[in-house]
Amino acid sequence: MTRRDWAFMVALVLTVVGSALIVVKTKHENRTLVHQLEQLRAEKARLETEWAQLQLEEATLAHHGRVEQIARDKLKMSEPRDTRVVRSQQ
Amino acid sequence: MNELPEREARRPGGEVAPWRRLVVMGVLVVGAGVVMARAFELQVVQRDFLTAEGNKRALRTVTVPAYRGAIRDRYGEPLALSAPVESLWVIPAEVLKAPEYLPALSKLLEFGPGELRRFLNVRREKHFVYLRRHMNPAEAHRVLALKAPGVFSQREYRRYYPAGEVTGHVVGFTNIDGRGQEVMEAALDTPLAGKAGARGVVRDRSGRIVEQSGDFESAVAGRDLPLTLDLRLQYIAYRELKAAVTGHRAHGGLIVVLDARTGEILAMANQPGYNPNRPEDRDGRGLRNRAVTDLFEPGSTIKPLLIAQALELGRYRPDSVIDTAPGFFKIGSLTVRDTHPQGAVNLARVLSRSSNVGAARIGLALGPAAVWSGYQKFGFGDPVGAGYPGEATGVFRPSGDWGQIATATASYGYGISVNALQLVRAYAALANDGLLPVLRLVAGGEAVPPQRAVSVKVARQVRRLMEDVTVGDGTGVQAAVPGYRVAGKTGTVRKHTTGGYFDDRHQSVFIGMVPAENPRLVGLVMIDEPRNKEYYGGQVAGPVFSNVMRSAVRQLQLAPDGTPLTSTAAVPAPPPTRDPRT
Repeated sequence: MTRRDWAFMVALVLTVVGSALIVVKTKHENRTLVHQLEQLRAEKARLETEWAQLQLEEATLAHHGRVEQIARDKLKMSEPRDTRVVRSQQ
Repeated sequence: MNELPEREARRPGGEVAPWRRLVVMGVLVVGAGVVMARAFELQVVQRDFLTAEGNKRALRTVTVPAYRGAIRDRYGEPLALSAPVESLWVIPAEVLKAPEYLPALSKLLEFGPGELRRFLNVRREKHFVYLRRHMNPAEAHRVLALKAPGVFSQREYRRYYPAGEVTGHVVGFTNIDGRGQEVMEAALDTPLAGKAGARGVVRDRSGRIVEQSGDFESAVAGRDLPLTLDLRLQYIAYRELKAAVTGHRAHGGLIVVLDARTGEILAMANQPGYNPNRPEDRDGRGLRNRAVTDLFEPGSTIKPLLIAQALELGRYRPDSVIDTAPGFFKIGSLTVRDTHPQGAVNLARVLSRSSNVGAARIGLALGPAAVWSGYQKFGFGDPVGAGYPGEATGVFRPSGDWGQIATATASYGYGISVNALQLVRAYAALANDGLLPVLRLVAGGEAVPPQRAVSVKVARQVRRLMEDVTVGDGTGVQAAVPGYRVAGKTGTVRKHTTGGYFDDRHQSVFIGMVPAENPRLVGLVMIDEPRNKEYYGGQVAGPVFSNVMRSAVRQLQLAPDGTPLTSTAAVPAPPPTRDPRT
């Protein structure tokens, strides 16, 4: 084999080793990213749950029946009987 | 023998005998051919089978449920909302292999002793068994924290209805798998549901996810859909209706409130009701939305439509006088009677005292074709649509079938049936200066232009006439709203059965609009079979209308158009009605 062939072979070997290392690195990055994705998914699910529960809680607390009961019984409020209409100037 | 190959193999110059080369090549070719053939068989011929077998063992497709969109009211208040829950599932055989976890599992899931083991034993051949569906996520995580083998959790969504029975008839509900089952949930199922995604994962033998092979298809969340309902109005309408139905020991009732200009349904409630959050409440009787699925004869509430046609044709004027003495008259076998006999009266009195004799005389004078076409212009016989499933369109026979008797009865609202939305739509045309609006329950989308039912002038004249119903000795004084002029009409309809009418079963109706000068709201209240002494529409349905509209005009900040409020300070406050849920 000539020197040129040897040099070519060495270059190929180095390329193979290099690409193998890149594969390892990529695979590692992939795993890290998948892990992150999984974590973000879990976070999203958690936030989704919380959001839905907060909306439900708000709707339950703001249920008109409840508001009315508190207004009437606890705060002794009633509907206004006498109102005056004031027209604001446009 | 030993020398022969030596001699033949080694030619001078180190050449190899050609046949040996051929043999080696042949063996290689055959070997490669066999390998290729096998590879071909595995890769191409048996590929599908083998892939399927392999996937069956390791790869699993996990469906990712799509978030079901919320149903909201016109201001974005949630009426139906999905919240994530966890459903626990097990591989029974795996769980049974590790019996030491059973007591802890039973305790967390509140199984009796031995019950869980029996449950699993019965299903031990299966690979997927729901242990409990729709658990609170926190509880499910406590169970998963035991790390028992073969116990998994799957995310699902559960539907909650924050307004409960207040909006039950409008919103409907879904089944446990999240598909729309009733009314709007069912009618809007496709846009609400979105599209479930799928995710490929590789599971090991005990079912743990060890690798993920990426998203196959991401889930598309369903859209949030707003209805035209106004939850505040809806609540008040429901509360007042429920109080009235209970107070009058009635069979049922319904109420509809429309925006007169746009035809949007602001409130629509029914009694008896049901709470969509409780699956055991979902029986047949309470589910019906009577405003859409039930027909009734409009009775006296049809008279303003008749008078509108009479004015439109120029046969009568608002001050025309009709002789209704002596309070009854006969046409063939039919005797038309007035509850409040009067003499010669003008059209306003025909409405305000609800004279059947007057209406029948007008109807007979107009003739069947004119009466029929008058009603038809107001949308009788024409379904409301509005996106609500299961509508009944009513009985509205062509006028060719009408004899004298049918014409007379049609003039005061018998022999014709409509659903409540059709009737309230007809009144909306009077409120909307003669334009018959297209009713809508789902917000958004393009507005369909309204159709003209009567001229602006006639609509205003009829409204003016109807104002007398709620003042003085009109039949609907209890429907008055302090500070506002109310145009409306009472109806006390005798219910019919096959072959005749009941004397003692009524539907008490009031339909009205406010403010009468320039109506914004049209409301219909119907109480079905009140069983106390009162049964007149003005007495039973009128106060409900008044209470609801008082709140509505305040909430929507409609300017009063009636007498100054100072003089109405003496109007007694309505008794506080309680939360309908209690």
